[in-house]
Amino acid sequence: MDYAHSDTAVHEPAARRRGGGQPIAAKILVAGGFGVGKTTMVGSISEIRPLRTEELLSDRSAGVDDTTGVSGKTSTTVAMDFGRITMGDGLILYLFGTPGQQRFWFMWDELALGAVGAVVLADVRRLADSFAAIDYFEDRGTPFMVAVNCFDGAERKDPADVRIALDLDADVPLVMCDVRSRDSAKEVLISMVEHVLARTAAARR
Amino acid sequence: MSDDRWLDEDAGPIFRPYTVTRGRTRLRDDSLNLISLLEATGLPVPRRTRLDPEHRRVLAVCAEPITFADLSSEIDLPVGVVRVIVDDLREENLLRVLRPTPTGDVPDELVLRKLLHGLRAL
Ligand SMILES: Nc1nc2c(ncn2[C@@H]2O[C@H](COP(=O)(O)OP(=O)(O)OP(=O)(O)O)[C@@H](O)[C@H]2O)c(=O)[nH]1
Ligand SMILES: [Mg+2]
Repeated sequence: MDYAHSDTAVHEPAARRRGGGQPIAAKILVAGGFGVGKTTMVGSISEIRPLRTEELLSDRSAGVDDTTGVSGKTSTTVAMDFGRITMGDGLILYLFGTPGQQRFWFMWDELALGAVGAVVLADVRRLADSFAAIDYFEDRGTPFMVAVNCFDGAERKDPADVRIALDLDADVPLVMCDVRSRDSAKEVLISMVEHVLARTAAARR
Repeated sequence: MSDDRWLDEDAGPIFRPYTVTRGRTRLRDDSLNLISLLEATGLPVPRRTRLDPEHRRVLAVCAEPITFADLSSEIDLPVGVVRVIVDDLREENLLRVLRPTPTGDVPDELVLRKLLHGLRAL
């Protein structure tokens, strides 16, 4: 691949879109177990847009697929939560809500690259469902935080107990939230960015 | 790449995304991230190259810088299919990546500060 084009292009005043200057894009992942409120969170804070990705089925379909044939590999389309928040200064924050099941980790690998960080949504009644996501980001070194979505009727838990139950490192932020509320979702994202800024500052020292 | 593309000696390469995708579902170019910015180069389509409608639509949408995610959403095809189209167009120098996302790097501090400011102002 010839990169000469891309390199020079960066300095060209190409965009007329948002009053000149290229947009700057940043992304935050919203991960977590089944039904934990990912779609709700992305929808309450951002403009939701359709985005489809494919899931390869060939590995799981017990050998019935002939991958050498005309049909090729079997794949199915998966809708991904995709939200966009356009801010001043040509800055766009993208939110990607990704299913928590291990079979979707192939998506996370790419999504985590260059991300600000990941919000792991957890449901107090099913904390164990967030273990997979937490392990994944811990292993990868992706900055992450845990946001406990407080569903109606769920017992109020002491954040300190949740932290112990999740075996979270002391420096991983943990917040309680109600992702149906825009303000609450916004506070979660603010905590995420503050955490990454603090990490960046600490790394500089 | 050329082995995945149906070639006709007179017509030149013809892109067919659905056919082309089958053989290469893996990432070919890791610099293309969902938030990478893409833009059409504005260079003329080589005379030997015939573009199919999907390729043309991608080029048109990329007339102004747009992220790969927004492009995929706009074109309404799965990300993997759009990736193949983008790769084809890059190969023909019709499309370029303006800001390849540095692999594994979090955004720099200035971007993070702007982000924080922007979020607080929401
Ligand atoms: N009471 C209450 N309900 C919520 C809250 N957040 C989400 N819900 C509801 O819980 C259900 C699941 O929420 P979703 O946002 O679809 O969860 P998800 O993580 O996207 O689910 P999957 O994509 O299926 O894994 C929906 O019916 C929501 O309306 C909350 O904070 N409180
Ligand atoms: Mg969902």
